[in-house]
Amino acid sequence: MTLLSVENLSLNIGDTPILRDVSFTIAPGEIVAVTGESGSGKSMTAFSVMQLLPEAAHTTGHIRLNDQDLLSLSEPQLCALRGNDIGMVFQEPMTALNPVKTIGAQVMETILIHTAMTPDRAKEQARDMLSRVGLPPDRFPLSRYPHELSGGQRQRVVIAMAIALRPRLLIADEPTTALDVTTQAQILDLLKELVAEFGMGLMMITHDLAVVSDMADRIIVMRQGEIVEQGETRALFGEMKHPYTRALFEASGHRVDLPDAPDGPDPILAVRNAVRDYPLPRTRLFAPREHHRAVNDISFTIHNGERVGLVGESGCGKSTLTRAILGLEPLQSGDITAFGHPVGPAMNPALRAGLQVVFQDPYGSFNPRHRVSRIITEPFHLLPDPPGGADRDTAIATALTAVGLSPSDATKYIHEFSGGQRQRIAIARALIIRPKLIIFDEAVSALDVSIRAQILDLIADLSRSHTLSYLFISHDLSVVRTVTDRVLVMKSGEIVEQGVTEQVFSNPQHPYTQTLIAAAPVLPDLSHLKENSHVPA
Amino acid sequence: MLRYALKRALSLLISLAIASLVIFLVIEVAPGDPASYMLGINAQPETVAALRAELGLDVPKMQRYLAWVGGMARGDFGTSYTYRTPVGQMIADRMWVSLPLALYALALSTLIAFPAGIYAAARRGKPGDIAVMGATQLGVAVPNFWFAMMLVLIFAINLRWFSAGGFPGWDIGFFLALKSLTLPAIALALPQSAILARVMRSSLLDILSEDFMRTARAKGLSRRQALWRHGLRNALIPVLTIIGLQFSFLLAGGIIIEQVFFLPGLGRLIFQSISARDLIVVESVVMLLVFSVILVNFLVDLAYAAVDPRLRSRT
Repeated sequence: MTLLSVENLSLNIGDTPILRDVSFTIAPGEIVAVTGESGSGKSMTAFSVMQLLPEAAHTTGHIRLNDQDLLSLSEPQLCALRGNDIGMVFQEPMTALNPVKTIGAQVMETILIHTAMTPDRAKEQARDMLSRVGLPPDRFPLSRYPHELSGGQRQRVVIAMAIALRPRLLIADEPTTALDVTTQAQILDLLKELVAEFGMGLMMITHDLAVVSDMADRIIVMRQGEIVEQGETRALFGEMKHPYTRALFEASGHRVDLPDAPDGPDPILAVRNAVRDYPLPRTRLFAPREHHRAVNDISFTIHNGERVGLVGESGCGKSTLTRAILGLEPLQSGDITAFGHPVGPAMNPALRAGLQVVFQDPYGSFNPRHRVSRIITEPFHLLPDPPGGADRDTAIATALTAVGLSPSDATKYIHEFSGGQRQRIAIARALIIRPKLIIFDEAVSALDVSIRAQILDLIADLSRSHTLSYLFISHDLSVVRTVTDRVLVMKSGEIVEQGVTEQVFSNPQHPYTQTLIAAAPVLPDLSHLKENSHVPA
Repeated sequence: MLRYALKRALSLLISLAIASLVIFLVIEVAPGDPASYMLGINAQPETVAALRAELGLDVPKMQRYLAWVGGMARGDFGTSYTYRTPVGQMIADRMWVSLPLALYALALSTLIAFPAGIYAAARRGKPGDIAVMGATQLGVAVPNFWFAMMLVLIFAINLRWFSAGGFPGWDIGFFLALKSLTLPAIALALPQSAILARVMRSSLLDILSEDFMRTARAKGLSRRQALWRHGLRNALIPVLTIIGLQFSFLLAGGIIIEQVFFLPGLGRLIFQSISARDLIVVESVVMLLVFSVILVNFLVDLAYAAVDPRLRSRT
């Protein structure tokens, strides 16, 4: 029996083709993952099923839900279907809920618009649903507002809204991408349980193969608006007929060839008993201010040529620590020295020149009105005697070549580059004054897996050619594992474990590290799969 | 919520104290001695000194400031230098024209702007939107005194529906009095409503592209339902800000409109007092206007908190 059957679905928005000949089915109780990189059309496939498309969209083909063709339905008929027969969960739990309505009202709304239930009964059912998704009313009353909940809890509210009427099909669009690994594992478990309990079909959109590998019954791989391969999960991973699937798989678990770090202690950054407090708002007028200790007594050293990882979940103090190391904010106690000199807001430019940073967002961290040449030469301001004329041009060309771009790119504007190219430019900007230490702050987190693999390779190559030392901050354990020699695990402002990366990962000592590693989704072991995949067929 | 309101009230009092000091200082340093102005240039110095003593201008500034503030706190605004009548009474008389006019204009402007803004936002880029936006462009551009004269020409002189100006007082009956304020209120309201409609539209459009609007649609709400249930309240915050600013403007900024319609309002009072160097009246009216601005801001702050739960919990 099929629940959802999509046949030859094509979608144009204006004159731009978005989807071409997409066909697949989902059975009741089945989990189907749609995966691919950004721009592959996976989200648009989901929105086509919901028929929530931009106004200029034109769809052809068939989308049948229990033999009812959704494309032939009127808008009022579709409204009656959405939320009732098809529920949807979105990527960004922080913004998916209306900030001015209580969570109870928002869950009740789904029930009230589709049924003739009295508000009291609907409230009862909303309470049941919120308990079911792990928000019991005694701890999470219906009168809570979204801003009073964490990201994971908000995602549970969104799920409660989507399943309040036990829809036959649930669509989840990157439901865990914005969440921490431990929260991600809980939400994925919840979705799996709900599918089993309600017999729903689940269409799960994700860019992360590891997330779906042990959850999906079937996987659909998309690229540029087309399905390149689909099949039962084990069989698909076992065979990977299409080269793109193989490339995607390899990029997801990409391991770089990191050169050995130079021997011998040569400390370039020393953090000693660093403490960073933030004042909290006064609870009462004239009451003394309370403080939140974001970084609590942290000490570590980075030696020349060493690549150090810093992992931890959101709110653990990673970013605060980064800002302190860059000398952007003062410490309340302890000290940080770089190359033997104290670091702080008043540090001199020459010292700043030794510390450069690459940020996460390749779209927001550049001035769109400046040419690449100006963007990447910004750190020159820190030098007492910045190169000019031909020397400057040579420096630009060298930096761009080092990151795999062409010297002629210097005259272009930032909007002419893709996300991956922008991150290369960010690295060129950090590299151009030959800093002694680079801080990569979630530098590959916003990138597609294949681009991420390329940037990681670039970092490894630069380590070889430039003997880089860096602090690599990431929430992604698999990335940290491959590009660092040593790793620090941070939780609630403290470093709970540190050591040689491979040892920490293969034999974590602290319970928190163990939880993190256990929660991180892993790709299936191919050699193991191949043996079994041919048996059922 | 209570703590939020108390904090806002405290900041209201502090603002008032600072404002009164600034007003007093600014007006005191303004050139021109009221006593010599009132007596003319040929007055004997002894006469001027006597009048200064009578008006209380000879005591030290600090003492006069405290007496002024203390008097206002008790409701005693002093006596006008030129008219020799209590300032409180003069202001109260004018208030009965200006305040109803401002409220009337504000109500009209909101009643026009909300539907227009919502209509335009719901039909973004379509002819309805373009027509409304064109009209608001015109509303912002047309000077309100010219518009006021056109209203007089059409509705008072040609159609004779309304009187061309003046205010008969509330004694003649609420609706008749209100009717005499209608043309001035429309003249004041239309440009304001044009601005407000534009703010409403852009604020709604921002909200319409929010993720939670998509969530609302995925629940099965129609476009219209989503806009009314989830869009409007979120879009109100910038709109409330503008309404607050507009009210303050309407209360005092109607000088020109008051002139066009011969209304005995606050704007005319302040204009006359300044030309007569009637410092005590000027100080008191300006203080009253500052008070109303601060009070309106306080009310807008409370309205924010009523609309947005995030502000209630922030302390």
